[in-house]
Amino acid sequence: MSEMSGAKALMTSLEKEGVDIVFGLPGGANLPIYDALVDANFRHVLVRHEQSAAHMADGYARIKRKAGVCLATSGPGATNLITGIATAYADSSPLIAITGQVPLNMIGKDAFQETDIIGVANPCTKYAFQPRVATEIPEVVKKSFYIAESGRPGPVLIDIPKDVQQDVTEIHFPDLIKVRGYKPVVDPDLSNVGNAVELLVSAQRPIIMAGGGVILSGAFSELQAIAELIMAPVVTTFKGKGAFPENHPLAMGPIGMHGHAEANRIILEADCILAVGARFSDRSVGRFDEFGKGMNIIHLDIDPAEIGKNKSVDIAIVGDVKSALRTMVKMLSKKAIKNSSDNPWLKRRKELIDYFSENMKDYPREMTARKALKKLRELLPAESIVTTEVGQCQMWTSLHFDVISPGTFFSSTGLGTMGFGFPASIGAKAARPNVPVVDVAGDGSFNMTENSLAVSVLENLPVIVFLLNNDMLGMVAQWQRTFYDRRYMGVHQKSCPDYVKIAEAYGANGTSVQSMDELEKAIRGALKTEVATVIDIKIDPEEDVYPFVAPGTGLKDMITGA
Amino acid sequence: MSSGEFKNKPLYIISSLVENKPGVLFRITNLFRARNFNIESITVGTTEKPDLSRMTITTRIDEAILDQLVKQLRKLIDIVEVDVLDINNTVYRELALIKIRAKDFTNRNEIINFANVFRANILDIGKESVTVEVIGTPDKIDAFKNLIIQYDIVEMARTGVSALSRGE
Repeated sequence: MSEMSGAKALMTSLEKEGVDIVFGLPGGANLPIYDALVDANFRHVLVRHEQSAAHMADGYARIKRKAGVCLATSGPGATNLITGIATAYADSSPLIAITGQVPLNMIGKDAFQETDIIGVANPCTKYAFQPRVATEIPEVVKKSFYIAESGRPGPVLIDIPKDVQQDVTEIHFPDLIKVRGYKPVVDPDLSNVGNAVELLVSAQRPIIMAGGGVILSGAFSELQAIAELIMAPVVTTFKGKGAFPENHPLAMGPIGMHGHAEANRIILEADCILAVGARFSDRSVGRFDEFGKGMNIIHLDIDPAEIGKNKSVDIAIVGDVKSALRTMVKMLSKKAIKNSSDNPWLKRRKELIDYFSENMKDYPREMTARKALKKLRELLPAESIVTTEVGQCQMWTSLHFDVISPGTFFSSTGLGTMGFGFPASIGAKAARPNVPVVDVAGDGSFNMTENSLAVSVLENLPVIVFLLNNDMLGMVAQWQRTFYDRRYMGVHQKSCPDYVKIAEAYGANGTSVQSMDELEKAIRGALKTEVATVIDIKIDPEEDVYPFVAPGTGLKDMITGA
Repeated sequence: MSSGEFKNKPLYIISSLVENKPGVLFRITNLFRARNFNIESITVGTTEKPDLSRMTITTRIDEAILDQLVKQLRKLIDIVEVDVLDINNTVYRELALIKIRAKDFTNRNEIINFANVFRANILDIGKESVTVEVIGTPDKIDAFKNLIIQYDIVEMARTGVSALSRGE
C-alpha cells in the first residue's frame, strides 16, 4: 500500500504488465496521465493522429503476441482511435486503448470534448471499463490485459475520468483477479479430437484450412507436423497467410475472393477439411451454402460462437489451437501414415499448381505488381516482417509474395482498413527492431496515414514503404471496370502528391522507380539504410487482380483472367 | 421486438444471471441489434444475490439462431450464466395491465365476467373504462386480449416473461 495518484497507479499497473512501449497523443483530459508518463519506465511514442496510435499498438501486438497499448484524450482523441480499435476487433488482436474522460461530475453534461466513448466503442471491444475511483485502476488494468490477451484476443478500452487520474489515495495492487462472467475455453475435448483424427486418417483427399487462430496461438510447428503426417495440402484464409511456410511442398496459399487459383480449386475437390482457427468468412469461402458441400468438415476454434455461425460442421473442437493440434499430433503419430510418393491426391495438387502457373499469365509489361513483389521476395531476408495496406496492393501481396517464415505477415484482413499498414508496420518494427519491416502500400491507402512518416523518422523506427503506385483507388477502379461498364467515379488520384517529396519533407528517403533494375537497386538501398524509405513504384492503372471470386458467388465461379 | 413473420416459430425462454451494475442492459440490447437477433420480451430484476440480476428473454427464432444467440450472450463478460429453459419443466408468468373502453353498464359487466373466468383482477373502474390485471403465460394473456378486443383497448402494458425452472 502506498499513496499515489490514479495516473501514477496506471503507470505502475502498466509496468507490472510488462509494457515497454505505448503509442499516443495528449490532450486536455489525459494531461495527468501524460504528467505521470514523465516518470514511467517505458517508452512513449508520440503519433500525429490517434488512429495511427491504435494501428501501431495493433501492429506491435501482432508481432509480439501480447497486448499493445495506445493512449488518447477524450472526445475527438477517443473517437479517432475507434477505426483502429474496430480493426483490432475484426482481426482478434489484443489491444489496450486508454482514453481520458471529462471529470465525473461533468459526464452527461455535454461538456467540452466529452464523448460517451464506452457506448461508441461497445460493438468493437471485448470489454470497456470506466474506473470511478483511483483505487479501482490496478484491478481494471489487470483485468483488461487478461481479457484482451486470453481466449480469442481483442481490444479492451479503459476510459478514465480526469479527476480519477488526479485523485491521490492509498492504492493496492492485486496479484490475482477474477472475472466471473469470463471463462475462455482452453483445453479441447479429447473425444472430439479423437473423432477428428479418425476422420482425417480415413479421408482420401484431406485438406487443411489454416486461419488466423494458428498465428494467434503460434501453432506453426504443430500445424506443419499434422500436414506432413496426413500428407494434406494446406490452404490458408487470408488472415492465416503465413501460418504455414508458403514454400513448403504442401503449401497452396490463401483461398478466397482473391485467393490462389489452385487453392480455390483444390478445396472443392477435398473430401475432408480440417479448418483450424478459421471462421468461414464470406471473403474466404464465397457462399456459405455451397462451400464444403459433400465434405466432412472439422472445425477447431477457441471461440465457441464461431462453431456453426456461418457453416454447420461435422466435428467441432473448441479450444486453444496449439494445445488441440499438439494432442492431434500425438494421436496421429500412432496411426498408419500415408505414403507420399504414389498419393494420387498429392499428384492432383501438383497438376493444379502446374496448370495455373501455365495459365495465369502476367501482363506483358516491364513492370507489374506481380514482378515487383517477386523481386521483393527475392531480395528480402526470410525473417522480414511484411504488412500491407488495403485494396489491390493487399491482394497482390496475397497472391505474389510468399511468406516463408511463419508469423511474419499480417494485414487488416477483417475490417479492411485503408491506412492500417504503414502505422502498423512501425508498431511491428518497435516489436522486432532487428528485422526489416515492409509495408506493401497502394497510393490511395498510404495517403491516409502517411503523416506517420514523422513517427518513423523521429522515433528511429525505419520501415520500407513499398508503394505500388497506379495513381488510382485501384480496387474500386477494377470493380468499376468489371461491374459498372468502366464508368469511373472517384478513383483518380491525379499524381498528387509527389511521394518522393513527401518522404523527403519528413526527413525520410524517397525514390521513384520505373524499371526492374531501378527497383532492385532501390530495395537493396532501402535494406541498407537506417531511415524510412518510400519506394514509389509506377505501375499501370489498368492492371487487375486475378483470380477473382465475385461477391455473392461460390469458389467454383472463380474468374481467372480478363 | 418481433414482427408478424416470427409468430409461427417456437417460443424459447432464455434465463440468465448478469452483473448488477450500470451499462449491462445496454451491452445486451446492443448485441441483439448488432447481430440482428429478434426478441419478443426482456425482463430484468434483482435476485436473491444483491450483485446479480436475472434477465429473462423470450424469443421466437429458429434453433440454429437460438444457438448463436446463446453463444453470443455467453461471450458477454457481464453475463455470468445463460440457460435455455425447457418449457415443459419451467414455471413462467407475465403480467399485463389492460385499460378497456366500457361506456355502459352491460359492457362493464361483460368485461368483469371475462376477467373472473381468467382469474384476472379489476384494478380500476371509471366512467369510460375498466382496467384489468391479467397474470399468466403469454398465451393466456393473448387469449384474454383477443376476447376483450371487441370492446376497444385504450392502453395495454405487458411486463414480459419472468421464469424459473421447476424444483427437483
